[in-house]
Amino acid sequence: MIAEIGLAALWLAAALAVLQMVSGAAALRTGPAGEANPLAIYARPAAVVQAFLAVLAFLLLLRAFAITDLSLKLVASNSHSMKPLLYKLTGTWGNHEGSMLLWVGVLAASGGLLAGFEKRLPERTMGATLAVQGFVALGFYAFLLLASNPFERLPVPAAEGTGLNPLLQDIGLAIHPPTLYAGYVGLSVAFSLAMGALLTREVNPSFARVMRPWVLGAWVLLTLGITAGSYWAYYELGWGGWWFWDPVENASLMPWLAATALMHSVSVLAARDALRTWTIMLGVLAFSMSMLGTFLVRSGVLTSVHAFAVDPERGAFILGLLGLYIGGAFTIFALRAGAVAEGKRFAALSREGALVFNNVMLSAILAIVLLGTLYPLLTEAFDVRVSVGPPYFNPASAIFAIPMLLVMAVGPLLRWKSDKPARLQFELALIAALVIGVIALVSFFGRFPLLPLLGLGLAAALAVAALLPLKGRKLARVPVATWGMVLAHFGVAVSLFGMACEGAFSEEKLAAVAVGGTEQINDFAVMLDAVTPVAGPNWTAIEASLAVRQDGGEPVILTPQARNFWSPPQSTSESALLTKWNGQLYAVIGNQAEDGRWQIRIWWKPFVTFIWYGGLLIGLGGILAIAGRVKVDVTRRRAASKGDQRRADLEALGAVAPQPAE
Amino acid sequence: MIRFILAAIIALLALSVAAQDSMPPAPYAYNQLADPRLEAEASALMHTLRCLKCQSQSIADSDAPMAGDMRHQVRSRILAGESPDEIRRWLIARYGDYVSYEPEVSSTTWPLFVAPLLLLLVVGAVLLRRLGKRRSDAEGGDVA
Repeated sequence: MIAEIGLAALWLAAALAVLQMVSGAAALRTGPAGEANPLAIYARPAAVVQAFLAVLAFLLLLRAFAITDLSLKLVASNSHSMKPLLYKLTGTWGNHEGSMLLWVGVLAASGGLLAGFEKRLPERTMGATLAVQGFVALGFYAFLLLASNPFERLPVPAAEGTGLNPLLQDIGLAIHPPTLYAGYVGLSVAFSLAMGALLTREVNPSFARVMRPWVLGAWVLLTLGITAGSYWAYYELGWGGWWFWDPVENASLMPWLAATALMHSVSVLAARDALRTWTIMLGVLAFSMSMLGTFLVRSGVLTSVHAFAVDPERGAFILGLLGLYIGGAFTIFALRAGAVAEGKRFAALSREGALVFNNVMLSAILAIVLLGTLYPLLTEAFDVRVSVGPPYFNPASAIFAIPMLLVMAVGPLLRWKSDKPARLQFELALIAALVIGVIALVSFFGRFPLLPLLGLGLAAALAVAALLPLKGRKLARVPVATWGMVLAHFGVAVSLFGMACEGAFSEEKLAAVAVGGTEQINDFAVMLDAVTPVAGPNWTAIEASLAVRQDGGEPVILTPQARNFWSPPQSTSESALLTKWNGQLYAVIGNQAEDGRWQIRIWWKPFVTFIWYGGLLIGLGGILAIAGRVKVDVTRRRAASKGDQRRADLEALGAVAPQPAE
Repeated sequence: MIRFILAAIIALLALSVAAQDSMPPAPYAYNQLADPRLEAEASALMHTLRCLKCQSQSIADSDAPMAGDMRHQVRSRILAGESPDEIRRWLIARYGDYVSYEPEVSSTTWPLFVAPLLLLLVVGAVLLRRLGKRRSDAEGGDVA
């Protein structure tokens, strides 16, 4: 019964999406006397109720997973009654249908929030925005209801579920996909707002101020989601890598690149009324990349193009939606972009100029990632299989990333509108000296690959340059949003430093070790104390006990495991990590050799943790930026309402209202 | 025809892999070369070769028996004095372009290399259009 309520809620929500679409579109048509169309009043309530219904449907599915309702096909094929409760819950979105329901739920919820709380936009723009949001939601409701119904019943309830992929039974999965999805879908609001503004020709700073928190919020979630995903892959997959340019990883990186460009662009539009068409285009691009990412991950096209061609229903459905929305949006953009007046002008050497440069660079990196991700799929369709991996992505994206990082160091120091290089002589010299000095210093100590070397130099320069905007200012009076920018840019430097160190200085030790034997790596002595069998709720494992001594100090015990899950039967390698301030020791246990020795794999990865610390700093910077904007907004609103109050009081007293100063 | 050959190769591979599962791994599958310089060379190469039995993993990162065999091939060939490029070519001749994560310029992969060059041109053009014109305007003294 519960499942049927969920399904009914989804159908109702789909119907409300139609109402939202029609009513929102009606707002564009005013009556002969210019009065609002009577139909237009339904859009907002429809969006809000739709949000409740979609979230309700998701909660009902969550409940079905929590109690392991085996009469549901989805639960039976993805869960197991013996699983820990946490992984029963996270299993809700560890599969196709559940994750699509989460996607749609977040989509509806953000539409509902927009409709419920956003009062600054003109009603016509709001109507158009909600119409677009409803149109997008409708497509995904159709996908859910027609091609991937999460509430499908089994004719006969299963006796037991088949379980969840053990790799996904991890706290990383509890956080990573929902964060990423919320980010993906937050961009849908940016998309709808961009389309709404384009349709009503209202592309201006006040529109940008409405759009900015959505973009910032989505961008923060994407940043944190990618950071969490990278760390999850690092410790859970057991091979010590943190990024492999895997198509699934790229699917999350592409929206982030577009959102990063969009976020900067929308800030310029809000502050300076420049970059109008850029903002609209990036808004369309960012959500297009979100949908493309969903398509890549959800259609099965990545496992094999041929598998996709054999069972194309779902993939073709998403591909159709993708074509409809992206094609439609770019058509409207092409038709209307000319009508959007160019914003304010600026010189090449200005903060706007630097931001334009970096937006172009981000878009170029996006194009490289897109090409490298889609090209193998394209050739596979013609029976030619090629692999595109780190040796291609690293240098090809570096071509654009290096100039971008350099400009990023200087950009925040420039003035708006136009600036002179002479004013920044000291800063420019400092940045150049740091890049060259660090590279020279590091090369003095050994031969390292080019890209990590450049990365180290750029990281040092960027770390200092990120703090330069604070120079000569009273720290207590620096706006919160500026702190956000400083922190996020500093985070990029931290992250880059971690990546470069991991690339240049990692050490690896592979060895077959007898119990009692010792291996040396960097200044750690690792002794294999014992190997014991252990058991968990739904797995058994071989656990090694490694005593790690640094420079002959007190031993720390690490316990890497080789786990065997029985439902579904699969083995995973659980790494054990020893975190120091300056890096991580990463240990994995392998098989037992004929002679009774154990295969041990150990890495020393200096400063690898900085990659994710940097990611967190970037996210925190974004949160500060949102907080700063909200603070300013609240102060402004309070002042405005106080002013209104005073004017009303004065009027009540019969006095003449004071004229505003402007 | 090509499909048939591919299927046959895959079947053969599967057979040999099934046989390997019960056999101890080859000596260099899980053992490093004694010379750290050679090991670094081998490791760099192994990180750019695809494990054909896995989804998106290099042979350096995979526990599949076949990846172990390929690691053994790479390490023993490096030890015998072959250059990483020779080994890559040998593997490509054996398994096709698919095995290498470092695409080489060929009749099937040229767009991968032309596109970044085109992109550079486009980026240059966009920047000139967006920023170049403005500068002349600004120098004219009229910045609205």
